[in-house]
Amino acid sequence: MTTLLALENISTFYGPVQALRDVSLEVKAGEIVTLIGANGAGKSTLMMTIFGTPRAKSGRITYQGRDITALAPFEIARLGLAQSPEGRRIFPRMSVEENLLMGAQVVKYANYDKQLALVFELFPRIEERFAQRAGTLSGGEQQMLAIARALMSKPKLLLLDEPSLGLAPLVIKQIFGAIRQLNRETGLTVLLVEQNANQALRLAHRAYVLVNGVITMQGSGPELLAKPEIRAAYLEGGH
Amino acid sequence: MSRALDILKDAGSVAFFALLIFAPFLGVQLGDNNAGNLTLGARPALLAGAVALVFGARVLMRLWQDHRPTTQAAKLSARLKPAGRFIAPALLVFALIMPLLPGVPAQYIDLGVLILTYIMLGWGLNIVVGLAGLLDLGYVAFYAVGAYSFALLAQDFNLSFWECLPLAGLLAACWGMFLGFPVLRLRGDYLAIVTLAFGEIIRLVITNWVSLTGGPNGITDIPNPSLFGLRFAMFPGPGTVAGVFHITPHPWQRIAFLYYIILGLALITNWVTLRLRKQPLGRAWEALREDEIACRALGINVRNTKLTAFAIGAMFGGFAGCFFATRDGFISPDSFTFMESATVLAIVVLGGAGSQLGIVLAACVMIGVPQMLQSLAIYRMLIFGIALVVIMIVRPRGFISERRPTISLGKAQAISADLISQGKG
Repeated sequence: MTTLLALENISTFYGPVQALRDVSLEVKAGEIVTLIGANGAGKSTLMMTIFGTPRAKSGRITYQGRDITALAPFEIARLGLAQSPEGRRIFPRMSVEENLLMGAQVVKYANYDKQLALVFELFPRIEERFAQRAGTLSGGEQQMLAIARALMSKPKLLLLDEPSLGLAPLVIKQIFGAIRQLNRETGLTVLLVEQNANQALRLAHRAYVLVNGVITMQGSGPELLAKPEIRAAYLEGGH
Repeated sequence: MSRALDILKDAGSVAFFALLIFAPFLGVQLGDNNAGNLTLGARPALLAGAVALVFGARVLMRLWQDHRPTTQAAKLSARLKPAGRFIAPALLVFALIMPLLPGVPAQYIDLGVLILTYIMLGWGLNIVVGLAGLLDLGYVAFYAVGAYSFALLAQDFNLSFWECLPLAGLLAACWGMFLGFPVLRLRGDYLAIVTLAFGEIIRLVITNWVSLTGGPNGITDIPNPSLFGLRFAMFPGPGTVAGVFHITPHPWQRIAFLYYIILGLALITNWVTLRLRKQPLGRAWEALREDEIACRALGINVRNTKLTAFAIGAMFGGFAGCFFATRDGFISPDSFTFMESATVLAIVVLGGAGSQLGIVLAACVMIGVPQMLQSLAIYRMLIFGIALVVIMIVRPRGFISERRPTISLGKAQAISADLISQGKG
C-alpha cells in the first residue's frame, strides 16, 4: 500500500502554547486510521493543521508525496482531501441541497450526480430531507449531512473530526457503519479523530493515541483495544 | 393572578425609569417672569400623563406577548406567502407607472426618486451584510466615492453621466477591495468598528483635500443626465428633448427621467443579486455568513469570496452615488456622514437581513414616512421613533424574517426565523 498522507515531526502552537509536539503519523491508501485521545489532547488541532489553519511551526506534511505544509486550505482541498469539521458545522439556514452543493464547489461540481447518488445510497435520510433547511434536521441527520457534504468533492482522503459527538448510540452505529461501507466499497481512505475510543478502534485498521500533543502509542485497532493501559484510560470508567 | 401582578410590577418598573428620564425633559419648564428673570416651573400633569402612557403601553405589550400563540408567526408567514407572490410584481408595476399616473404631483415623483435611491443602497449593502454577513458600518464611503468620481470626471474631463456611471461603479468597487483587504481577518463588532472608521476617513479626506474636491464647499454644476445626447432644458431648442420631440418643456419631464434612471439602476441591482444567489459565488457568500470555518474546511477561498462581496456591494453604492450627484447637481461632504450609513444599515436590518422585498418596505418606512409626516412638524421624529420601536416589538427580526432556500424541489419549507432563534430550527 502506498502512503497517502504523512506527517513528519509536526509541532503546532497557539501563541506560546504548544498544542502538538513532534507528531509523526502516516495514512496509507485504502486504510481507516483513527486518532484517539482525551479532551484537549490536540486531536482537532492535528486535523486543522493538516488543512493549513493553524500552520505547523515545524515539520512536514506530505500528501501523495507532495509537500502541502505551506499550501492554503483551499489549495489543499483541491488536491482531494475533504474534511468534516468538529461540531458538524453545517449551514443551518441553507437547504440540504445547497449544503451539498457547497461541498462540490471546490471541484466545480465535477461528479456531482454520481456523488449525490452515492450519498443517497449511504444516507437515505439525506434524500428525504433534500429540500429542507439543514437547521431543521436532527443531530444525527446533521452529522450525516456533514459527512455527505465532505463526500461531494469525491475526495481520496476523508478527515472526520468526532462524528459521534453528542449522538445516540444507535445513530453512532449507523454512521460508523456508513464509514466502513464507504471504505470497503469505494476504497476511500479515512482519518478518523475520535473520543469514542471503543467504537473507533473496532472500526479502524490502525490507530494512534494522542496524549497532551504527543503520540504515545500506535498499532492496529485490535492490538490497542487489548492493551490494559488503553482500556484503563479510554474504555473503562467514564467512557 | 400572580401573572397579573408580575405584569403590573414590570410595567411599574418601566414607568419608574420613564419617570427618571422624563422628569428633567417634561417635568420642569424654564420660563421668564415679567422682570426678565428666569423661572423654573413644574409641569406635573404633563409628566404624570407621559409616565401613565408608558405604563399603559407596557401593560398592553406584555398582554399582547402573553396571548400571542407561539405558532402565530409561522401561521402569519404561511398566510402571507401566497400574497407575497403578488406583492413584488404589484409593487413593480406600481413603480413603473407611478410617474405616468395623472394627478401625481412632481414632489411625489421626487420622493419616489429618493426612496428608490435608498432601496438601491439597501440592496447593495444587503450583498455585504445580508448575504455575506459582513457588518459594514461605512457603506457611505462607496456612495461618496461614486458621487465624487462622477463630479470630478465631469468637472475636469467633461465626461457625461452615462460615461461616468460605469467608471464610478468601477472605482467604488476598487475601493471596496482596497478597504476589504485589511479587514479580511476581522469579524462582527471588530469589522463594524473598522468599516465605521473607513467611512469617516473617506469623508475627512474629501473635506480636507480642498485642492481636489473643493473641501467643505463641495462641487457645483454637476451635469444632468441626457437622453441619448439630448438635454432637458427649460426652453425648447436644438439638442434638447423638448425641441426634438416638439413638446412643451416641463420640469416634470426631467424628474420623471431621473425616476426611471434610478428605477432601472435599482432593478439591475436586484436582478444581479437574485442571479448571484443561485450561482456558486452567491451560495459561497451565504455559506460564509453561516459558518466561516466550515467554508474553509470545504475548500472555499474565503479571502476572494469576501473581497468580491465587498467589491460588488461597493460597486452598487458607487452607481447610487453617481446618480445622487447628477440628481442634486451639487455634492459636499455633508451628504456623506455616518448618518447615511446608519440609515442604509437600518433599512437592511429592518427589512430582515437578506430579504429583497423587506428592504423595499423598510426603505418606504424609513425614508417615506418622515417625509410624509412633514406636516406634523415637531412631532415627526417622535412618531417615527415610536413606529420603529413598535416594529421591533412586533417583528423583532425584520419585516420579512425568513429565507426560503434559493433552490428547491418545489416543496421547500419556509421556517420562521423565530423558531430558529428558539433553537427549534
